[in-house]
Amino acid sequence: MVSQESTATGEPALLDVLRTVLDPEVPVLNVVELGIIRNVERAGDGTVVVDVTPTYSGCPAMRVIEEEIVAAFHTHGHDRVEIRTVYSPTWTTDWLTDEAKAKLRAYGIAPPGTVSREAQPLVPLTSSVRQVACPYCGSKNTERKSEFGSTACKAIYYCKACQQPFEEFKPI
Amino acid sequence: MSSARQPNDSALFEYLLRLGDDRLILGHRLSEWCGHGPVLEEDIALANVALDLVGQAANFLRLAGTVEGKGRDEDTLAYFRDAIEYRNAKLVELPNGDYGRTIVRQFLFDAWSVLLLERLQRSSHVELAGIAAKAYKEARYHVRHSGEWLLRLGDGTEESHRRAQTALDELWPYTGELLMADEIDKQLAGTILPASAELASAWRDAVGDVIRRATLTQPADGHMHSGGRQGRHTEHLGHALDEMQILARSHPGAKW
Repeated sequence: MVSQESTATGEPALLDVLRTVLDPEVPVLNVVELGIIRNVERAGDGTVVVDVTPTYSGCPAMRVIEEEIVAAFHTHGHDRVEIRTVYSPTWTTDWLTDEAKAKLRAYGIAPPGTVSREAQPLVPLTSSVRQVACPYCGSKNTERKSEFGSTACKAIYYCKACQQPFEEFKPI
Repeated sequence: MSSARQPNDSALFEYLLRLGDDRLILGHRLSEWCGHGPVLEEDIALANVALDLVGQAANFLRLAGTVEGKGRDEDTLAYFRDAIEYRNAKLVELPNGDYGRTIVRQFLFDAWSVLLLERLQRSSHVELAGIAAKAYKEARYHVRHSGEWLLRLGDGTEESHRRAQTALDELWPYTGELLMADEIDKQLAGTILPASAELASAWRDAVGDVIRRATLTQPADGHMHSGGRQGRHTEHLGHALDEMQILARSHPGAKW
């Protein structure tokens, strides 16, 4: 369910600069594809103002990303850059484009499925693990080993068909 | 951004410290498990939850600093307040104990936190609502993690059941402080905050349900510890802060 809001708004040339900034943890996605850029515009005095929404509250990559955004604009001749953190609407992996999901898969990370809108009990009686296809062989004969992985955004899976462990970009 | 200071600002500042400090101290406690988890997956899980909680704390404390309007940012609030200025509930400052005790404490907190954040998303304070909405998504998988482990431990072996029950008996008297509404809550209730009585009853239902399914016995409500919200803490908080703050205090302004 991709809403209109999901698309970053702003001057196309400025968005192109942002497309040169990659997520340091998942270096096949740029920050626009990741869905964290909400808007970019030029203020009256020429300052480039970028509205960024965080992925996870404690994601340590966010600060690095902000520094890299500033550096990218400097490289392109924009000396004054202001980064604003916005929380609403809350970031969701539903904002990742199909193209971004294909890139994740090619990189060896299972892309996130659509976020479930169904009401779930706080602690489900039976684990409600979704079926996730292995990014290597495509088999759905996979098992979730842990909901927590090497970064806040990833879970650890194991493919029983090709016997490969792999990571999933968690739907959230 | 908040504009001119509102009459409720000092109450809101206090309340944001509570939200931030609960998560900062619990996140710090969980981070103590890093490298010591019972299995690798749990080691990583607890570190992940710790990171989320510290991140949530930073967001709430940053907003607290803005509301206070005295130029204190989240780092200043985290590293340069003493125990008496901390506003966390006593539950989160208690030592980890064994893994079972850590999980019981985590579940009691997570169940409260997820229900509170769910309601705070609808706060009339736009920035608070936005930070809460993000934290709520994380709290959903936190409580799923700690709740599923509580089911396993309670309904597991004789030893895991005994340890979980002992922890539950010892920690229960610290839960009253989460649910208690004082003057600060009352000033903000209704618009900025959800009604506390409804939240307390939702927490009792949720926690009671999981305790029962875990074949554990819910302790009776007896004497409840309090004082953390007013800065009167157990001796444990001071020791935790010593470790958490020493680097920032020894090298103020250091960057790495």
